[in-house]
Amino acid sequence: MNSICEFLLLSNGASVPWADVPEWPADEFVAATAAELERGGRLCAWFGVPENSATRLVAVIAFDSENTLAIGRSAPVTKSYPSLTLRHPQAHLFEREVWEQHGLVPEGHPWLKPVRRQNGGFPANGKFFKVDGGEIHEVAVGPVHAGIIEPGHFRFQCNGEEVLHLEIALGYQHRGVEEALAGGPHRATMCQMETVAGDTTIGHATAYATILESLAGTEAPLRAQWLRAIALELERLANHTGDLGALANDVAFLPTSAACGKIRGDFLNLTALLCGNRFGRGLIRPGGCQHDLETERAAQLLAKLRVALAEVNQAAEWLWESNSVRARFEFTGTISAVQAAEIGLVGVAARASGLVRDVRFDHPAGWHRFAPVPVAVWPDGDVLARARVRWLEIQRSAKFIEEQLAAPAEGEMFADAGSPGSDTLSVALVEGWRGEVCHVALTDSAGKFRRYKIVDASFHNWTGLELAMRGQAISDFPICNKSFNLSYCGFDL
Amino acid sequence: MFAHETILHRLKHGCQTMAFPDGPPPALPDRHGGTLWVDSAKCAEGCNACVPVCPTQAITRPSGSPVALDLGKCIFCAACVEVCPTKAITQTGKHSMAVRRREDLLLGKPGEEELRLAVALDEKLKKLFGRSLRLRQVSAGGCNACESDVNVLGTIGWDLSRFGIQFVASPRHADGLLITGAVSRNMELALKKTYDAVPSPKLVIAVGACAIAGGPFIGNPQILNGASSVVPVDLFIPGCPPHPLTILDGLLRLLGNIPKCAHRD
Repeated sequence: MNSICEFLLLSNGASVPWADVPEWPADEFVAATAAELERGGRLCAWFGVPENSATRLVAVIAFDSENTLAIGRSAPVTKSYPSLTLRHPQAHLFEREVWEQHGLVPEGHPWLKPVRRQNGGFPANGKFFKVDGGEIHEVAVGPVHAGIIEPGHFRFQCNGEEVLHLEIALGYQHRGVEEALAGGPHRATMCQMETVAGDTTIGHATAYATILESLAGTEAPLRAQWLRAIALELERLANHTGDLGALANDVAFLPTSAACGKIRGDFLNLTALLCGNRFGRGLIRPGGCQHDLETERAAQLLAKLRVALAEVNQAAEWLWESNSVRARFEFTGTISAVQAAEIGLVGVAARASGLVRDVRFDHPAGWHRFAPVPVAVWPDGDVLARARVRWLEIQRSAKFIEEQLAAPAEGEMFADAGSPGSDTLSVALVEGWRGEVCHVALTDSAGKFRRYKIVDASFHNWTGLELAMRGQAISDFPICNKSFNLSYCGFDL
Repeated sequence: MFAHETILHRLKHGCQTMAFPDGPPPALPDRHGGTLWVDSAKCAEGCNACVPVCPTQAITRPSGSPVALDLGKCIFCAACVEVCPTKAITQTGKHSMAVRRREDLLLGKPGEEELRLAVALDEKLKKLFGRSLRLRQVSAGGCNACESDVNVLGTIGWDLSRFGIQFVASPRHADGLLITGAVSRNMELALKKTYDAVPSPKLVIAVGACAIAGGPFIGNPQILNGASSVVPVDLFIPGCPPHPLTILDGLLRLLGNIPKCAHRD
C-alpha cells in the first residue's frame, strides 16, 4: 500500500471532486481496500466506472464507529485484478457484479457467476453448487412462488430434511434501473427511484434527493428533512408490523397474523395521509417535500399512530407469550456476529446478530443530525432475534415520530435544489427499514450522471439467508425467509 | 390464559371487515385525488404544458390534435393537473378505474373525458367464475407495491375471500393470472409457462401502471412494457400502485358483483 496515498474521508451526504479521490494501481487498490476493511471498515459499495475502453474500480467503505466514510479508486483496469473476496467474503457479490457489468475478472474469486444478466427470457443463472452423494437430493423453488411475492430461484441441497447448502439465484426482476440513469437525471428518474424497491420508496427517494442536493451544493429546508425523517419511520412501522404478522402466519399463529395484516395497512394509511399514496410516492423531491404536514394533519397523524401502536403492542404480546411460537423461532436460522460481520450484513439482520450498525446512528445525515435514534440490538442471531429487533424498532420509530411531531421544524418545505456540479462524486446512505440504502453518483463534465450506483440492503443480506439455512430443516425455510424479508427488485435493479 | 385474552380481544373488536360493497366504500386519502378527467375542449390554443412534465410520457398533444392522456401509462403524480392553466385535466376523487379494453384508458377526446369502466364477464364466464375465482399471482418486474396492496385484500379489513376470490399456489389450480410488474425480459419465460399451465378458459388481470404499459420503466430495453406483450389481458387496473379499493372494485366489476349503488362510485 502506498503510505502517502490514503482513502479520502467524507461524511454521509457529502460530495467530493472526482479528481480528489485517491488512486492506486488495481492490485494495490485491492490490497489497500482489504487493509481498510481489516481495520474495521465495511464495504458499502464496490463498482466500476467506465473510462475509455477500461474501467476504474471504486470502493466506498464505512467506518461505523468513527462515523465516517472512506473512498478510493483504482487506475483504469482492462482485463482482471486480484479478487478482494478471497480476503473479504463481503465483496463476493460486488465482484460478480463488476465482472458482469464491465468484464473485469476478479482473479481467484471462488464462485464467479452472473448476478442478473439477461439470457433470453430468463436470467443467466450459471451452474449451481451441487452436493454429491447417494442420500442427497436437490430441491428447486421458483422463480414463481406460491404466494403473492416477487420472483427468485432457490436451489437447496438436502440430506433428508436437512439443508446442507442453499444457493439463491436472482435477476428475474431486472428492469435496468442503473442503466437508465446514465446521462440523467431524466424526466422519469424520480419516479424510478421511488420504485427501485417499492416498499422502500421513502428510503430510496431520500437517498436520491440527498444525492442531487449534495451534488448541487445545496440542502433541503430543515422542515423537509424533518418530514422525510418522519416518513422514513412510518415506512419502517408498516413493514416491520407486516413482517411480524407474516412470521406469525408462517408458524400458523393466526391471532397476530390477522391483527398485524390489518395494522400494517393502518400504518400505510398514515403515509397516505402525508401524500395521498400509501407507499409515499410523490412526497420527496430533490429540494424538499411536495406536501406539508400542517398542525391539524399532524394531530390526526399522532392520534392514529397511537391507536395503531397500541394494537401492534397487543398483537406482539400474544406472539412473545406463546410457547409454540418461541419454540419455532428460537435457535432457528442462526447467524453469528462473526458471520454477520464477515459477509457484511446490514440493517435488521445485522442488529439481530448483535452488530451495532444503523445509518441513522452511525452516519447521521438530514434530520438525524438533530434527532438521534438509538440502535436496537438483539444478540442471538436467530429468527426470534430478527423478530425482536423489529419489535424494538416499532417502539423506537413510534417514539421518534411522537417526539418529532411535538417539535416540528419551522420554515419552507421546498427550495430549488440547484443543478448538479460537474465531475463530482456524492454518497448518500439511508437506513431503510431493511437496512442500509446506498446511492453513489458520479457526474460528468456537464453535470449529468456518468455513473449511478445503487446498493439496496438486500444486496448485502441475501447471503445471510443462504447461510442461515445451513443445517436447518427445509421446512424452516419460510420463517427464515420471512425473518430476513429481502427485496428482489431492490437487488435485481 | 392466552386463549382467553385473544378471544376477549376479538369479541371487543367485533367484525373488522368493511361494509363495502354493501355499504359505502372506505374514503380515499384526501391527497389521493382518484382517477382523472380530461376535457380537451378546455385546452388553451397551442398549450403543451402538461406534455413535458409527465414522467411516463402518458400525455401527447400532436399539433392540431386534442390532448390525449393514457391512464394506463399514468402513475398519478398529478404533475399535469398542477401545471394545466385551464383545468383541462382534473382529479375526480373517484376510486373506480378498472377497464376491460386497453383503449378505454385513453382520455381526452370529446365523449371520452373519463374512463369507460369495466363491464362484467359474459354470462357463461360469469357462471363459471362469478362465485368462485381462483387466481395465481405473478410478479414480473414489480416493485412490491402492487403486490403488497393485492396482498392487503386478503387481510381481515378487506376479506377478499367473502367474494369467492382467492389466490392459489399453483397455476393448475387457478382460473386466471393476476400480473404485476412491467414484465422484465428475465420473467418472460416464467410468465408464459405460468399462463400455459392455467387451464382454459382463463382470465388475465393486469394490476398497476407497470403491468399495463411499463410504468416508470416504460421504454427500458430490459422490460417488455407490460403483460399484454406476452399474454392477452382481460382487465386493466391502473395506479402506481392502485389503491386496494381500486383493485377490489375492478375484480368485483369483472365478476358483476358491484351493487348498483356502488356503480356511481
